[in-house]
Amino acid sequence: METRHIGRPLTRNEDPRLLTGRALFVDDVELPGMLHAAFLRSPHAHAEIRAVDTAAAKARAGVLAVITADDLGEYWKPGPLLVPPPPIAGMTFRQRCQVPLAKGVVRHLGEPIVMVVAESRYVAEDALGDIVVDYAPLPVVGDLEAAVAPASPRVHPDLPDNIAAEVVQRKGDYAAARARAAHVIRRRFLYDRGASIPMETRGIVAAWDGKADRLTVWDTTQAPVVIRNGLAAMLGLSERQVRVIAPFIGGGFGPKMMMFYPEEVLVPWIALRLERPVKWIEDRLEHFTATTHERGQIHEAEIALDAEGRVLGVRDEFLMDTGAYNPYGLTVPLNSQCTLLNCYDIAAYESRFRAVYTNRTLVTPYRGAGRQHGVFVMERLMDAAARVVGLDRIEIRRRNLIPPDRFPYRNEIIFQDFAPLTYDSGNYAPILGKALDAIGYDRFVAEEQPKARAEGRHLGLGLVMYVEGTGIGPYEGAKVRVQSSGKVTLATGIGTQGQGHFTAFAQVVAEQLGVDPRDVEVTTGDTDQFDWGVGTFASRGAVVAGAATHGAATAVRAKILKAAAEHFECAEADLVLEEGKVSIAGVPERHITLGALAQLANPLRGAVKPGTEPGLEATSYFGPEMGATAAGAHAMVIELDAETMRPTILRYVVVHDCGTVLNPLILAGQVQGGVAQGIGNAFFEQLAWTEDGQLLNASLADYLIPTALDVPRMEVLHTETPSPLNPLGTKGAGEGGAIPVGALFAQAIEDALDLPARGIEVTEIPLSPSRLWEIAHGDG
Amino acid sequence: MSRIPVTVTVNGVAHRREVEPRLLLSDFLRHELGLTGTHVGCEHGVCGACTIRLDGAPVRSCLIFAVQADGHAIATVEGLAPTRGTLSVLQQAFQDAHGLQCGYCTPGILMTVSAFLEETPDPSEEEVRHALSGNLCRCTGYQHIVDAVLLAARRLREAR
Repeated sequence: METRHIGRPLTRNEDPRLLTGRALFVDDVELPGMLHAAFLRSPHAHAEIRAVDTAAAKARAGVLAVITADDLGEYWKPGPLLVPPPPIAGMTFRQRCQVPLAKGVVRHLGEPIVMVVAESRYVAEDALGDIVVDYAPLPVVGDLEAAVAPASPRVHPDLPDNIAAEVVQRKGDYAAARARAAHVIRRRFLYDRGASIPMETRGIVAAWDGKADRLTVWDTTQAPVVIRNGLAAMLGLSERQVRVIAPFIGGGFGPKMMMFYPEEVLVPWIALRLERPVKWIEDRLEHFTATTHERGQIHEAEIALDAEGRVLGVRDEFLMDTGAYNPYGLTVPLNSQCTLLNCYDIAAYESRFRAVYTNRTLVTPYRGAGRQHGVFVMERLMDAAARVVGLDRIEIRRRNLIPPDRFPYRNEIIFQDFAPLTYDSGNYAPILGKALDAIGYDRFVAEEQPKARAEGRHLGLGLVMYVEGTGIGPYEGAKVRVQSSGKVTLATGIGTQGQGHFTAFAQVVAEQLGVDPRDVEVTTGDTDQFDWGVGTFASRGAVVAGAATHGAATAVRAKILKAAAEHFECAEADLVLEEGKVSIAGVPERHITLGALAQLANPLRGAVKPGTEPGLEATSYFGPEMGATAAGAHAMVIELDAETMRPTILRYVVVHDCGTVLNPLILAGQVQGGVAQGIGNAFFEQLAWTEDGQLLNASLADYLIPTALDVPRMEVLHTETPSPLNPLGTKGAGEGGAIPVGALFAQAIEDALDLPARGIEVTEIPLSPSRLWEIAHGDG
Repeated sequence: MSRIPVTVTVNGVAHRREVEPRLLLSDFLRHELGLTGTHVGCEHGVCGACTIRLDGAPVRSCLIFAVQADGHAIATVEGLAPTRGTLSVLQQAFQDAHGLQCGYCTPGILMTVSAFLEETPDPSEEEVRHALSGNLCRCTGYQHIVDAVLLAARRLREAR
């Protein structure tokens, strides 16, 4: 058996359960007497509710409860605000949070109005058809720029306008930088994102056990501990009385981090009142309007450069659609603001954003969480600047990279973790160099593209860079225990949605305890197993929970060695811990298994010494002072059919630096999956709204996510610059794959069609064949 | 609502139930028979997560009613492994190539591919991608799924 486990491409411990259909997902929970909930949702983006008639629904056989906002009494309240804004001087923040059931007015399509609980989902949905709602449609706020005009109708009439937040952040003196610039380039950019579309929609099952006096909730949440604490408070129960289980979850990508969704507030409440288990599983149509999105931003950006192409400063002003409510605070626009500077050494930056209420589904983070918007703006500015200055697009980037001796690199402005944005470590030139080599940049420019053009083919190359703020606090924890069988358990509070935690964390434990990672049983997302923690978001699982796991495993290792030294009456330094046993160095026949040692540490008679604890167990917490910044480059060669604008990706290279790699197999999967979502964002996915706020493509037949035919084979390469912020040196890797793809497509398409030669630039994402045709024919 | 008797064989085991005619086959398998390995992703026949095999052919169990399966033989993901605690060649290849992340789409993909490899034992990558194109996966970017299918095909050929 190998003794080094961190860094091995170990196949996953969790796979056999998933591959044989034995993994528990929320909708797999079946309980005796279980009831089923369904929700009547608004068909209007904005309307007054004049009357709701539920009499016929209540009379339907098999219906147990029909609940409107008025039936909730004091339980009806907005919120909570999940992420309060960081302390930024001079900011405006106007909080309006979602409500459990709409009362008097609906502010977005799909907002729930009535909950029906029945003996089956089929009957519950029949009863939805019995309900009559008298709506008076109100003017719809949709278009971002119209929404901030003085004459715009308002989403929240108690506010003076539709501004949810306004934040200005500055680094250095942009005006001075601009005054001495040789070139100032200004552009307008549109960047829209769509829906995360996990293959499993949201769902929740709640069961009250009156004899045990406990509520158990199975929830597709990314943050089970926070849900447990919040539900206990809302329902007037102690935290001990509520167990939240986030079992196997079919993809999260951010929107399952949002809380509390109305259904999370209502299903446990009705299960308590009816004293019967209640299940609600979101259907795909509901998912498109009831689960949060990420959506559009409009940027007006300006870059100031000296004559040699060194960036002196950047100024950006953007509008961001936050939807009808903003419980997730400023996370998405702050990520855009803080990621825009990218991997470049830029002394002056001035950024103002306004988050805008619209009559659309709420916006919360989705994989990348606004970072792609910032990267798109910066990378597009760099491409425009290269042409103006007369530099190769690679050379202008190379000239502006943060040099390796400047880390930790301080960007001064405030990041989403409330800390001043600082890049902990990085070495960007080797990333760029590796990407150039792997994509064959020089040969493409000198030979391939000219040859293709001579043949009438439209080949283009893109190469862009990105950074990703990852692994933010506040903290996670982990508990490691050696069982009397010799196997090891690890429990942590984060939820898991496919990231391989059952394996990567097992490797971290095995590294310290000298056991087989297959013998480390990992539990995530069960508050009865571990109930301190925050959640799986911001590419922080491997970093923060991984570091906590490392801490707990290190403490257990110390306990093992101490116990074994006493057992053998020798010095700890003389002991070897490997293959599940402790032996005396050079005397392998003198050994004791970890299981036997665990039994000795938990005796039935005798005395556990004062000041010590029974068993071989430790709990550890890790809270980084700030996030760790990962970085990378993507490069692509694309061929475009100039008549149909159908793109074919011929080569795709990712070079990624996320510090110490725990498991390269899992990491490659994370990167590839991120790229696929990035490709969807760049070229396939767009929520299509009408002026009156209807969503035209709320099905997977109409909203196109990439298939196996759309995603190319990728070459994934790494550089490793460990983070100094945690003991393993890890940085997050969950989102990087998705971040630069829009910028990459824009550059590669411009190159393929030689658009800049005709004065045309690609300044928007997502593209599509038809939109690209318009742009290429001058209808930008 | 009136109930109609349905008799199906699932993974070699006969089941008889009386069900409403509107009950989807996917709901029947999951909630009447407790075979929850078959997942439901879209309920409109696009994502392929609910794919099962009906008399050998891969079909979407969310697009047919349980009563339509009366008298037919169904195979689900629970029947793929030869014995409990082991994996089929196809399943093992998915673990070895890291062909799954959240695993929600995986049962449908396994059922699609199990039929595909019977008809196309020596597929090209292009053929594999076409075979997979009716199954959506949001986690993997498909590359490791393609690798897993090619690996399984090779191992199955070598075993013959």
